[in-house]
Amino acid sequence: MERTYLPVLLLLGFVVMNAVMMLGLSHLTLRPRPTAVKQTPYESGIPALGDARERFSVKFYMVAVLFIIFDIETVFMIPWGAQFRQLSCAVPLAGNICPAGNTSFFGLAEMLVFIGILLVGFAYVWKKGALQWD
Amino acid sequence: MNNYVTIYPPQSTFLFVVFTIIKMVIVFTVYMVGVALLTLAERKISAWMQDRHGPNRVGKGWLQPAADGLKNIMKEETYPGAAYTPLFVLAPVLSFIPALVTWAVIPFAAPWASRWGMIDMVLAPLPVGFLFILAVSSLGVYGIVLAGWSSNNKYALLGGLRSSAQMVSYEIAMGMSTIPVLILAGNVSLNQIVQQQATMGWNVLNLTVAFFIFMIAAFAETNRLPFDLPEAESELITGYHTEYSAMKFSMFFIAEYANMVTASGLMATLFFGGWDIPFTLWDNIAPHTLLKTVITQGFFAFKVLFFVFFFMWIRWTLPRFRYDQLMSLGWRFLLPLALAYIVIIASVVLGIDAAGLWGRYIGPGRILSVANIILLAVNMVLCFLLFWVLDRGRIISPAYSRLERRDLERLRAMSAARIPVTAEAGD
Repeated sequence: MERTYLPVLLLLGFVVMNAVMMLGLSHLTLRPRPTAVKQTPYESGIPALGDARERFSVKFYMVAVLFIIFDIETVFMIPWGAQFRQLSCAVPLAGNICPAGNTSFFGLAEMLVFIGILLVGFAYVWKKGALQWD
Repeated sequence: MNNYVTIYPPQSTFLFVVFTIIKMVIVFTVYMVGVALLTLAERKISAWMQDRHGPNRVGKGWLQPAADGLKNIMKEETYPGAAYTPLFVLAPVLSFIPALVTWAVIPFAAPWASRWGMIDMVLAPLPVGFLFILAVSSLGVYGIVLAGWSSNNKYALLGGLRSSAQMVSYEIAMGMSTIPVLILAGNVSLNQIVQQQATMGWNVLNLTVAFFIFMIAAFAETNRLPFDLPEAESELITGYHTEYSAMKFSMFFIAEYANMVTASGLMATLFFGGWDIPFTLWDNIAPHTLLKTVITQGFFAFKVLFFVFFFMWIRWTLPRFRYDQLMSLGWRFLLPLALAYIVIIASVVLGIDAAGLWGRYIGPGRILSVANIILLAVNMVLCFLLFWVLDRGRIISPAYSRLERRDLERLRAMSAARIPVTAEAGD
């Protein structure tokens, strides 16, 4: 178990170390010398009006909410997909092959119900215009 | 499927850690140097496609990436006065880390049966392989959206918002397009997916439509043209990294190219057989010699570099999407298509199983699998339907869909009567 995930932790540590090192190196070579003009937001040379802390379109929130729903659908489908051939076989697979006459519609039907329920929501969202960006 | 543990004795933990560190340092170095060279390749290929020279001064062009890197270290770091500094500094790091951790589960060559035990040519052969990629690569969104927000610059904020919406939208299509791959492989481990393709034919033939969906989503996930709206330079200066300078800018740059390489590696692994050599099983069976490792590594590198070139090729071929078209393509076209495709493939696989054709081969050797031929036929029909029957304008709104019906008819009448269209107030 520790052997499976140890390399990922090692890599994570190594990459974090590199990131900090790069930032540190850059910071040490030349200290920032801020001036008033340098610190203004860059808007192609035009003096900036106000700042960026304003309201923005609700569409972005909507996409985030829809994303959660459909991403969870994807996550549910991953184990189903990986086990699909076993689910559609009434007996355990023998050498990765389903013995003749044992296929079942269980796996497909289960997922069709799940997809169907989410499709109703998808059709509603589409009809309501939540996917419309005009 | 190969089960190496039963064939070869396990390594001691010490050797395991030593080899892990060796692999890690080698691949990380290859990534960093490769990314540097890719910036050069990008500029050289751009130049080639536009009939100009490209960088040719510093060491005849070859040292240009080194010069750029050195310059970025020596530059002053600017901090906008209104920026929220902690997140402003953290954002490039948050973008850099997922980009360089994702490759950990991608197998890059055939395993090597050395005298120190079996060495998997993948940093971490996780049993959750593909889930790890989905989980880690989506963390990259945080870096971009926080960079956009913390800069306190309107263009950066817009870039960050656009990018986050785009990346989460296409992540769904990306995740769903890989489910048919999992149905065929029966596993989420990338090693098993490669093994399955070696015996059953590459997934680009088995699951052509899924490959197209995945490819489009990969372009959107890496923010490359034609989906580079987050940094559309003609609209948003450079988008979320407008305010970044020196090494922090470099880190975004490295992350972008590293993501591109990882996406190429994923396309190669999931759909082009990973390190598999086509038309032979020589590379997939014991004995696993060093020669096989080196040759399969070469094949993998070739596939990855081909896709990297493809990324650059597309950049100079297709114009940028409009934002509403981008969202329409993701939500109204790719998502339903991916869902329908999952159902179709599941049904076909069920049919193949019911007919007892799974694991059957025709012709000499275990090269042509029956399931492969059936899936290929289904995919050819689907591709034909998609490319010839479906019209892009019906689902992804063309420019005229924004007009009122009345205005549209007026414009059509004018163009039919060959009256020059004049601009009106409010157009």
